[in-house]
Amino acid sequence: MVDEMATRDAYGKALVELGRKDERIVVLDADLSGSTKTAAFAGEFPQRFFNMGIAEADMMGTAAGLAASGFIPFASTFGVFATGRAFDQVRNSICYPRLNVKIAATHTGITVGEDGGSHQSVEDIALMRVLPAMTILSPADSWQAEQAVKAAVEVDGPVYIRLGRPKVPLVIPQDMPFAVGKGQVLREGTDITIIATGHMVHQALKAADKMAKEGLRAAVINIHTIKPLDEELIVFYARQTKGVITAEEHSIIGGLGGAVAELLGERCPVPMKRIGVRDSFGESGKPASLLQEYGLTAEHIISAARHLLRETS
Amino acid sequence: MAGELTAVEAGELQQKANQLRKDILTMIARAGSGHPGGSLSIVDILAVLYYKVMRLRPQEPLWPERDRFVLSKGHACPALYAVLADKGFFPREYLARLRQLGSPLQGHPDMRKTPGVDFSTGSLGQGLSAANGMALAARLQEASWRVYVVLGDGEIQEGQVWEAAMSAAHYGLSNLIAFLDYNGLQIDGTVREIMCPEPLAEKWRAFGWHVLEIDGHDHAAILEAVRRSQLENHRPSMIIARTIKGKGVSFMEDQVSWHGKAPSEELLQNALRELEGGRNNGR
Repeated sequence: MVDEMATRDAYGKALVELGRKDERIVVLDADLSGSTKTAAFAGEFPQRFFNMGIAEADMMGTAAGLAASGFIPFASTFGVFATGRAFDQVRNSICYPRLNVKIAATHTGITVGEDGGSHQSVEDIALMRVLPAMTILSPADSWQAEQAVKAAVEVDGPVYIRLGRPKVPLVIPQDMPFAVGKGQVLREGTDITIIATGHMVHQALKAADKMAKEGLRAAVINIHTIKPLDEELIVFYARQTKGVITAEEHSIIGGLGGAVAELLGERCPVPMKRIGVRDSFGESGKPASLLQEYGLTAEHIISAARHLLRETS
Repeated sequence: MAGELTAVEAGELQQKANQLRKDILTMIARAGSGHPGGSLSIVDILAVLYYKVMRLRPQEPLWPERDRFVLSKGHACPALYAVLADKGFFPREYLARLRQLGSPLQGHPDMRKTPGVDFSTGSLGQGLSAANGMALAARLQEASWRVYVVLGDGEIQEGQVWEAAMSAAHYGLSNLIAFLDYNGLQIDGTVREIMCPEPLAEKWRAFGWHVLEIDGHDHAAILEAVRRSQLENHRPSMIIARTIKGKGVSFMEDQVSWHGKAPSEELLQNALRELEGGRNNGR
């Protein structure tokens, strides 16, 4: 049993398993199959794999045509290209007709690392979240990524699956049930609620465990489905704690923090802090240094929690 | 040869096309907005496809074995709605509700709202990619249905069209037959002035397509071009159809001002009288 694996690797593995079970699964890539890990599917099912070249707009449209004819296409490329370059195609050719296309985007967030800001998508959740009909899955670890990919097939309609480049530790108990749209409570707590997604779930757990040693009890909720958001769970924990911290490897605008703020602003206004990229692009660097530089570590979560509790006391 | 029409068939088809033109103008006038020019320029292509070529079941719009049609230049949907209504995909009464709130006939084609519409279009340049996906699907299913597409001549200024042109040829999609509605006009002026597409046939040939150039209002020529394209076995076909924007209505023909506005009641009646008079019976 590995204890560290990239979510993109889990995606590649899950695709092959799905391909063996379901002939409707087809895969499209835009010249990044080695990086997105669709290459394994291509090797086993060459007839059902389409390399569309470096043409993301065409790839999304072709996926839509396949979906309109009864197939279940997975279209893969890096997050910046899937959501930015091909936004209009995702909007008009996939979401508007509610077609059954699964967009599995890898290399999301700043942990892309050395490739730098041009390749680090810190706005992809925001872009996908405003599209009606879109489901957004953002798994926390490789085990959950596999579950998310399989669950996406059961959703009838477009799904955006947000995957990452680096190896990340396994943080979700494997006996914990996974259901699209249902958040997971990973730690119970009554002082503060940390709501995290993707790679930041690991940092949230580290933060909660450290705070526990100081007598601060933080609830940790994993939101692996950003849309539809588990509103009841979030409101419940917002009510029973003194404040909410969101944590994501994404801009604080329009992503998980934005979604939670919109929800709580309407239903349960509570003190809140958003951990994320603060309205800037990323840059080159080692993933760990970037997380430090952009304020995305357990320490930053703890610091935000202390501030928040001080402000509310 | 297979592409030929008998004199009787030719007459019937001409009558159908004439009726479609009247329906288009009437529905746009009632709606108070819409795109008459580019709808009238594709009428003859649609008439040949829907009455002579495509395998369809109007009572079963999602019949899996049907031929597919993608109107990539989605703004010309009044032409598509007219022919779908005539084929019986939905009641003719729908035409009177074009572009109204709650109508099954949207301002641009919506596959979820209109029976017989195979793909939602409107944002230009996207239809060919979707058609390619359908053609790949037919191949994967070892099915014999084909995909027909109509593109606009202004639309091909969109870069995605050329991505799709490349991939259709790369994947050898001989079950895909596209038309280019070459009416020469776009919103801001002539296509040549705005962003010249020439040499057009050479471009598509260079991309690896089987290319034919025809008069897009000559039914026999359209049918023959389709039959010839159906014989292709390793490359997609592009039929460049030279057309006249606003075809069939004297005051609309070749007038860019009729790209996207509805005729007044008076002009509608003038147009219907012209079409009634059979100005277009025979070329």
